[in-house]
Amino acid sequence: MSRLRRSMLFVPGNNPGMIRDAHIYGSDSIMFDLEDSVAITEKDAARFLVYEALTRLHYGSKELVVRINDLSSGLGVADLEAIVRAQPDVIRLPKTDSAKDVIECEREIERIEREAGIPVGKTGMMAAIESANGVLNAREIAFSSKRLIGIALGAEDYVTDLKTTRSPEGIELMFARGMIVNAAKAAGIMALDTVYSDVNNEEGFIAEATMIRKMGFDGKSVINPRQIAPLHAVFTPSEKDLMKARAIMEAIAEANARGSGVASLKGKMIDKPVVARAQYLLEMAERAKTMTVEDI
Amino acid sequence: MEIKKTGVAGTMESSDIIVRIEPKETEGIELELESAVMQQYGRQIEKVIRETLSELGVTKAYVNATDKGALDCTVAARTQAAAYRAAESTDFVWKFGGVK
Repeated sequence: MSRLRRSMLFVPGNNPGMIRDAHIYGSDSIMFDLEDSVAITEKDAARFLVYEALTRLHYGSKELVVRINDLSSGLGVADLEAIVRAQPDVIRLPKTDSAKDVIECEREIERIEREAGIPVGKTGMMAAIESANGVLNAREIAFSSKRLIGIALGAEDYVTDLKTTRSPEGIELMFARGMIVNAAKAAGIMALDTVYSDVNNEEGFIAEATMIRKMGFDGKSVINPRQIAPLHAVFTPSEKDLMKARAIMEAIAEANARGSGVASLKGKMIDKPVVARAQYLLEMAERAKTMTVEDI
Repeated sequence: MEIKKTGVAGTMESSDIIVRIEPKETEGIELELESAVMQQYGRQIEKVIRETLSELGVTKAYVNATDKGALDCTVAARTQAAAYRAAESTDFVWKFGGVK
C-alpha cells in the first residue's frame, strides 16, 4: 500500500518555532523549505537549522520532505550536500523544466549517497513544475527517475510565466493540472497540487480541494495548519461511499465464487474498473485510519 | 577554524537564539549567555554551544548568546552558522545522520 499524501505542510526552513511544532498539526507530510521562504542572506542558517532538526528531532511516522533551491541558483548542490546526509524521505526539486533537471539533481544525490555510505537510491525525490515549459514537459519529467514519488504543480511561478494571475476558480491552472495529473498517473507516481494562498477563504479552499481530488490528484500542499483538517475531510471517503464500495466487493466476491468475473448490484453492472475503484477507496480509508491512529 | 570577524546568526523570535561570535587573541571560549529559561536550561544551552564550537575546531572566541527558548538543534544550528560566518568559511562538513 503506498503512502497517503493528502497534505504536505510547508514549513519555512529558517523558523525554529515552526520547525519544532510542524508534526503536531496532523499533515501527512512535512516539507521544510530552503527555497522561496528563506531570504538570500539566511540560506546558510536555514540549511544548518533544517539539517540539525532532521538529525536530532523525531517526527514519528510523518513523511519528511525538504525543498531545496534549484541547481541553477548556485545553492542547490550546497543544499544537497547537507540534506542528503540528513536523510529526509524526499527531496523536492523546485522549478523543474525538463527531465534533464531531475537527472542532474539525481546525479548529485547519487554522488553524495556514495560518498556518505548511504544506500544508493534511498533518497526519494519529487519534482515541482512551475513554468509553461515544465508543464509541456510533464510527461518526460514524470518518467525521468525511479526516485520520483510524485510531481507537483507550483502555481505562483507558473501563472507569472503565463502572464496571468491566480483566480478563485483556478481557470488559469486547468491545463497545467490536467497535464500534471495525467503525466503522473501514466508514470505510476503521485500528482500533488499547489497551495491555496487565501487562508481565510475556507469555502474556496474546500471547493479547490474537491475539484483537484475529482481530477485525480493525490493531495495538496498547505501553507497553514488550518487547511489540513478540511483537506483531509475532502480526501477521506464518506461512509456512504465506503458502504457502496464494500457492497461492490461483496458482490464481486460472490460472482467470483460462482465462476463469473462480472456481477451486478442494484441493477448496475460491476466489472473490473468498478472493482478497482472500490478497492482503492477502501484502501484509502484504511490508510487514513492508520494515519489518524498514529497521530494520537 | 579561525574566527576572523564578528559573525551573528539567529533572531529574537520565540524558540530561537541569537549567537554572536567574535575573535579573541588568547586561547579559550568566553561565553556570555542570557536566557528566559536560564535556571532550567542555561547549563544545557552552554553545553551545546561549547560542544558545537569544539566540533568545529574553534578554540579562541568571545561568544554572546541571547536565548528565546531554543531547542538543542536550534542552538547548534545557530552556533554553526555564526561560526562559519565569523570564519568567513563555506567549507561545510556534513556528517551522514548528523551528530547525535
